[in-house]
Amino acid sequence: MSDFLFRFGGEGGEGVISTGELFTTACARSGLEIYTFRSYPAEIKGGHAMIQVRVADSNVLLSRGDRADVLVAFNKESYDRHYKELKDGGVLVFDNTDFLPDDDTRTLKYPIPFNKIAMEEIGVRLTKNMVSLGALSELFGVPQDKFKELIREKFSKKGEAVLEKNFQALAAGAKYVRENLKKEDKIRVEPTGRQPRLVLSGNEALSLGAIAAGLKVYAGYPITPASTILEFLAKELPKVGGVVIQTEDEIAALGTVLGASFAGKKAMTATSGPGFSLMIEMLGLAVMAELPAVIVNAQRAGPSTGMPTKMEQADLMMAIYAGHGEAPRVVLGLTSVEDCFYGMIRAFNIAETYQTPVVVLTDQGLAQREASITKPDVTGIEVLERRKPTVEELANYERFRITPDNVSPMSVPGMPDGFYSATGIEHTEAGALNYEPANHNKMIAKRANKLQGVLKLPWIVKTYGLEKPEVAVIGWGSGEGVIREAVDKANKAGFKVGALHPKILWPFPAEIINKYLAQGVKRVIVPELNYSGQFASLLKQHLTNGNRSIDVVPMAKAGGIPWTPDEIVAEIKEASKIHA
Amino acid sequence: MPKMTAAQYKTKIEPVWCPGCGDFGVLNALCNALSVKEVDPKNLVFASGIGCSGRLPPYVQAYGFHTVHGRVLPISTGIKVANPDLTVVAVGGDGDAFAIGGGHIPHMSRRNPSVVYIVMDNGTYGLTKGQASPTGPLGMKTGASPYGTIEPPLNPIAMALAYDISFVARAYSGKNKELEALILKALNHRGFSFIDVISPCITYYNTYKQLPPLLAPVPDTHDVKDRVKAFELALKEDKIYLGLFYQNERPTFEERIRSVVDQSEASGIPRLDEIFLDFA
Repeated sequence: MSDFLFRFGGEGGEGVISTGELFTTACARSGLEIYTFRSYPAEIKGGHAMIQVRVADSNVLLSRGDRADVLVAFNKESYDRHYKELKDGGVLVFDNTDFLPDDDTRTLKYPIPFNKIAMEEIGVRLTKNMVSLGALSELFGVPQDKFKELIREKFSKKGEAVLEKNFQALAAGAKYVRENLKKEDKIRVEPTGRQPRLVLSGNEALSLGAIAAGLKVYAGYPITPASTILEFLAKELPKVGGVVIQTEDEIAALGTVLGASFAGKKAMTATSGPGFSLMIEMLGLAVMAELPAVIVNAQRAGPSTGMPTKMEQADLMMAIYAGHGEAPRVVLGLTSVEDCFYGMIRAFNIAETYQTPVVVLTDQGLAQREASITKPDVTGIEVLERRKPTVEELANYERFRITPDNVSPMSVPGMPDGFYSATGIEHTEAGALNYEPANHNKMIAKRANKLQGVLKLPWIVKTYGLEKPEVAVIGWGSGEGVIREAVDKANKAGFKVGALHPKILWPFPAEIINKYLAQGVKRVIVPELNYSGQFASLLKQHLTNGNRSIDVVPMAKAGGIPWTPDEIVAEIKEASKIHA
Repeated sequence: MPKMTAAQYKTKIEPVWCPGCGDFGVLNALCNALSVKEVDPKNLVFASGIGCSGRLPPYVQAYGFHTVHGRVLPISTGIKVANPDLTVVAVGGDGDAFAIGGGHIPHMSRRNPSVVYIVMDNGTYGLTKGQASPTGPLGMKTGASPYGTIEPPLNPIAMALAYDISFVARAYSGKNKELEALILKALNHRGFSFIDVISPCITYYNTYKQLPPLLAPVPDTHDVKDRVKAFELALKEDKIYLGLFYQNERPTFEERIRSVVDQSEASGIPRLDEIFLDFA
């Protein structure tokens, strides 16, 4: 079993990210599992750019991993920044025409003059990236043919001459390694002979999930890191007869979505924190008018403009509570690239079934990283539709009639006798405006209670590790994989730890969590990427009497990058010590 | 569908408006025009923003969506693109249209969906008891401007022309036949149509006496395709012209969306499986 982490660093805008992406796809096409993580500046040119890919030959990858096995440093800055995160005995591949590393024996060092080869042998400076890929192919076993195939797909429109230069650069990198370097490491990422894997970013998987769920109208405004959803759907949604509208702002985006939903279509928008802030009044309208809608918030570090290209999980409270008055909605947290696909189907199914806005939380890290997944079987997907009124119900139609499950039959324009006015003003069951306290009390309860059904869905939490642990790790959203990997490591080291990961964040799955904790958990670690420990405080609020003595330890950081497995393992060890 | 009278387009709900409010005239003219055009109520949607005029939707036999302040245009766009067979009428006041919602108007014009937008323009915020609106005159004294307003009004017709809205008209709620005729024209227009209806507020800013002497019909000789001439009429300070200033039919949003779908070679058959292949 092989499992290696490659990190690429260099000047932003110089093709570092594309180099990492080509390496990733070549690995996936060789039947390897991949998991990427990247960090780049908000600027289009300049600044430092980094992409890393973890590559394994069999096991599904759960996190970005810990320290790197290979660091490809295109400049001094990337060496300075990342060298300490290169494992002892790891490999530093660097451009010795740009800099020379310190003379230590901690790692193996392969100097390759990328720039010089590109300039002198190829005559085009930016082919240094292809030189590096040629070198990596020679060093670590990714077939050069896979790179050639990708280069052909990527650059074929630019003509044979450009293709030829790139092929030459690839060959030159490989040749340099053959003639000048002696491989002293054991790192190999060779083809497995298995089927090529689908490589999707979180945003791509999410968009495909929305299409699979029956999305027909998408409206959005460009914002990092959600813009790629707009771009992806602009290309793909018309193919299934859908509409994508780039609106003038986020208010208009959610407005367009609500109009389309009112008129009977499945509709969604996607944004990030600043845009989500603008949508809040509309979110309240969706709750009041009981309109299905899916709102994706790809969280980034805030507040205000914050750090657009860095991740954070700090919009949880906002997703749950934002808005004036009491406006209950459903909040889901996407947990992995694969879950982005299935999670969106669940989001639409809930939105339609319960006639409610569903806020779907992803984040910059999950949105932009790629992972290999098994191709979903689209024939087996369950897609639900909103409850339409029957002929009898239309005879004396009441749009907001209180039913046993508090979900009312919903007519749409075009339906005879289904007339009603959707309104943000409080209304009666028939939809007439009404300001009476008794009516308000009744209707506000209806809107809150109808969401309780969501908590009966079978998939709302996942558990990992020991079934009856002493130490429990409860995170949320994109923390799932890294927590799972950490728990697995800790279990193997003998620690009595388990993990519960909620996929539904609101309504809060209190009953199922309390039941899990009541089995003998003494301490709960809550890893989340925010400063104040938002989920941890929700959890404390919802502990039942018997569970109040359990320590809830927030493990919160707001640095803008995800956890590594070892950071969580260290916390598990610490927590176990206290209870030993 | 059997022909419905104007009265049959009205529901039994009693409007909340003050007796003498201009909005009654708008409601009457609307129902008359709907009757003439024989619009099937099941395919008719009235969307509105917030304000006295925003209360209109349930008074008409149709589907209604009484939304939030200033956002009736994006919501109407969503309704129209979701189902292009619907007749969509957006209504609201001048605060809704030109203050809080002003940013949506140019984009509505760029998109040009077939939505009729009727602004009941009275120069004041009636529902919050008479503050000055963006079309109230300079120096208007109100609770929020006790020394008189210090912001001159905007000119909705000139603004609509500048944005190149494909149908620009002005009417007066007191001239019901003319208003009805304009609404009918707007309903027949392919694309976004904008009618600024001067609809006085009898309670907070009563202009019933001062307005009529200033009103004049757009001259018969005016060519509605001539945008520059339309600007001249809109900028006249001694007269308030009523009628159709400008009409320029061009492809609608629904048509352009259709052509994008066609370009993407939509087969109507979900082809999600094929999309996956792009990521192998």
